[in-house]
Amino acid sequence: MNRRDFIQQASIAAGAFIIPVLTPGGRLVASEVLLEPGLDVNIKKRLADAGLNAATAKGASYADIRIGRYLNQFVITREDKVQSIVNTESYGIGVRVIVNGCWGFASLGEAKTETEVAKTAEIAVAIAKANAKLLAEPVQLAAQKGFGEVSYKTPIIKNLFEVPIKEKVDLLMAVNGAAQKNGADFVNSQLFMVNEQKYFASTDGSYIDQDIHRLWPTFTVTGIDKASGQFQTRNSLGTAKAMGYEYLESKPADRITGRKTTLFNSRYDMIDDATLAAVQVKEKIKAKSVEPGKYDLVLDPTHLRLTIHESVGHATELDRVLGYEANFAGTSFATMDKWKSKNFNYGSKIVNFFADKIQPGSMGAVGWDDEGVKSKKWDLIKDGILVNYQATRDQVHMIGETESHGCSYADSWNSVQFQRMPNVSLAPQKEKLSFEEMIKDVKKGIYIVGYGSFSIDQQRYNFQFGGQLFYEIKNGEIVGMLKDVAYQSNTQEFWNSCVKICDDSDFRVEGSFFDGKGQPSQSSCVSHGSSTSRFDGANVINTARKV
Amino acid sequence: MGILSQQEAKKIIDKVLSFSKADEMSVSLSGENVGNIRYARNAVSTSGDSRNVSLAVTAVFGKRTGTATINEFDEESIKKTVARAEELAKLAPENPEYVSMLGPQKYPETKSFADSTANIDPDKRAQIALDSIDLCRKKSVVAAGYLEDSAGFKAIGNSKGLFGYYKTTSVDYSITVRTEDAKGSGYVVRDFNDVSKLNSASLTQTALQKAMASTAAQAIEPGRYTVILEPTAAAELMRNMMSNMDARSADEGRSFLSKKGGGNRVGEKLFDERITIYSDPMDADIPGTPFVLGDNTVDGRAQEKVVWIEKGVVKNMFYSRFWAEKKGVKAIAAPSGFIFEGGTESIADLIKSTQKGILVTRFWYIRDVDRQTLLYTGLTRDGTFYIEDGKIKFPVKNFRFNESPIVMLNNIEAMGKPMRSGGNMIPPMKIRDFTFTSLSDAV
Repeated sequence: MNRRDFIQQASIAAGAFIIPVLTPGGRLVASEVLLEPGLDVNIKKRLADAGLNAATAKGASYADIRIGRYLNQFVITREDKVQSIVNTESYGIGVRVIVNGCWGFASLGEAKTETEVAKTAEIAVAIAKANAKLLAEPVQLAAQKGFGEVSYKTPIIKNLFEVPIKEKVDLLMAVNGAAQKNGADFVNSQLFMVNEQKYFASTDGSYIDQDIHRLWPTFTVTGIDKASGQFQTRNSLGTAKAMGYEYLESKPADRITGRKTTLFNSRYDMIDDATLAAVQVKEKIKAKSVEPGKYDLVLDPTHLRLTIHESVGHATELDRVLGYEANFAGTSFATMDKWKSKNFNYGSKIVNFFADKIQPGSMGAVGWDDEGVKSKKWDLIKDGILVNYQATRDQVHMIGETESHGCSYADSWNSVQFQRMPNVSLAPQKEKLSFEEMIKDVKKGIYIVGYGSFSIDQQRYNFQFGGQLFYEIKNGEIVGMLKDVAYQSNTQEFWNSCVKICDDSDFRVEGSFFDGKGQPSQSSCVSHGSSTSRFDGANVINTARKV
Repeated sequence: MGILSQQEAKKIIDKVLSFSKADEMSVSLSGENVGNIRYARNAVSTSGDSRNVSLAVTAVFGKRTGTATINEFDEESIKKTVARAEELAKLAPENPEYVSMLGPQKYPETKSFADSTANIDPDKRAQIALDSIDLCRKKSVVAAGYLEDSAGFKAIGNSKGLFGYYKTTSVDYSITVRTEDAKGSGYVVRDFNDVSKLNSASLTQTALQKAMASTAAQAIEPGRYTVILEPTAAAELMRNMMSNMDARSADEGRSFLSKKGGGNRVGEKLFDERITIYSDPMDADIPGTPFVLGDNTVDGRAQEKVVWIEKGVVKNMFYSRFWAEKKGVKAIAAPSGFIFEGGTESIADLIKSTQKGILVTRFWYIRDVDRQTLLYTGLTRDGTFYIEDGKIKFPVKNFRFNESPIVMLNNIEAMGKPMRSGGNMIPPMKIRDFTFTSLSDAV
């Protein structure tokens, strides 16, 4: 059993009933507290120096400290009722050290004095010394220059916590009202809003103050046919973004229309989406059950993000490749020999994946990672060939590099930072290609929008994905809705069947709060960008059963 | 502050309640000491230790509720928290589903606390890891494992005189052993209340045997097979099914227990008549919690022995207090763990009586595909074997399955002796016509 079982509840495609993701150690506060400033940056620097000095005095060859204040707000409703409004604040420090070539980590909640910080650093040193007895190889940390005193803030227009609760409740009530007016039997809707105030300092001479803002508006609409006893759901097509409340202030230009359902670009109209969802959920109940067989799949970015996440994002994590996740998340088929060969065909020639922590609005976007490495962009798969992994400072030497990729992240002050997935995105095709052009020569296909059921093996070969909306394509035309659709494939086979990718005018970045990894499990924020893409000859199964 | 005694906890709760000006007030006080050690590639990778005590106060005015939390317990801090909860309640929208708090309850004296677990220190954790790593280093295989232990207490009270307290400990241990050529993998996971029952070397030995036995797996065609599921494999699917026994979802028409035309399926025979599932907070193997904690506010209902499914017939479902009041039925809460009645046979006995079948030691990445039929998908992992004429013949490549536990519990061939798995008692199960839909190259 997982103590932090919220991770399980909130795995990447959290369903209809969502439990608030409380930062460990978080306490409930009034909404005004979310607008109060945290500690002054000068005080944070003083505390940090106390920790770093105590660690080095006790024998640490390297030390870093994170001073974190994590603020969350959740507004949770169903139909005409507000179920819960939760505000939480969590503050504490985490100190990480290397002693005798071994990592040690200790944390303390509410630590606000230099003595408390120094004592925590000393505990980290003691733990490192104890664990050094079991050490196999000493840590090799890639060099990192200090940045001095620097800062980063998510570019936001409207601070989430400055928007009154009433406005948020009114929005969700309007969303629920629109769904019910259009025939939904039930609707659950939520707003998740997060502000991470993170201060990082290390013995390399960095003092980095970051202010990260993220939100996720979401809903599930349920339609029921009492006579047949059937029900269907349709989840929101909005996404999680590192943005302010402006994400919810949509203009017509932010929408993509003419594709059976409205899709959203950099802004999201939750009421419009819920209105459509209510109509679609009824259509879903009566939709044709899919005939299993081979289909050409046309996958919208709202869907493809999860396939990318599972089959490329996780497979190219260096800690998995090396075996550090063998007891939990698993290892990877994308082994070092395949990377070294420089000719492993991960996908077809048009498949290019890049990793980054810089795309505006993406969930991974930060100025520096949680070990003081500046955010950057690099290639993972180039012209279909596996060319790199995702790595941290203590890993890059294993792939012959001298500079970290900046993939270190901890989900709280009391969690130790480790290698986490950056944004992993499928590059759009350079030649102009619209959605209409993409489907016009599809003889027998399915257009899938939104992510649904998902499952993949522990080495990331075999997967199965569902979706929210499925449309049958016949001879270049969308002819109607389907249900009971899931496709099964193998990662290498699937990405090699990628025949077309729409151009950059269709490129969208889809995000999540819930990338889970590690023991104890930690949840990380990540986005995946892509344009609508086509995969020929995929194996589609019918998921209907009689019980 | 550590683990407070019943008297210490009651003193704090009484103090909180003495400051209340609300119509109703409840208090939840809990503390936990948690430690862990993680290893991979035959070396320790991370370890940690955290301690926390927290107090949540819920104030109620009419049908408006507000909750505030704190982790300091001086009088001034407590007063502030009570005032904060009251302020939040006055500002909150009315909750039409609010049900007035319970008065004093009689709680069972559950026995889930072990001193041995409460006294674990970093050296003990390191030793548990070392016993496992040592064995693997000697046998030239690769270990990755994780141990997490916790000791804690929970206390609840309210302005209507309700009070409850219990202490609990738990240990979760898992170990994966892989062969150096990465062609074989074995896994063992166990959970206990008492750490003295944990022998990491012996569990590692079992994982090691599975790793060695699963190398050179052969591919066989996916399709419908008779399967023997070890308890570790069966547990998650069974737990998933039981977590769908909420009455409100069924009454609303969005559950496998919804009835055509409306209502729920209590009283209907949905499973093989050998299926009986119950819960009992006093069970010696999986001691439960004496009362229901609730999310942010105190629930306070006593846990009791409940039969959920008897001889294949659905007997009871979970109710929130609101939904039970609306429906005029007893508000039975979801338990902390389920007990599946099984048989007396061992896994070896089940294999011996199987002409053709697949032994599944673990499933992985189980996700729902269709909530109407409880269809789940997932894959076998860490040791899957072909059985013929009552014997394990050879290891097979991993499969993806698409199957519903409702179908499984209608296709039961035999069940063995239940074993504790993730806080539930699950028997090994032999099931016919289990649906594997594709092959995986993963090891």
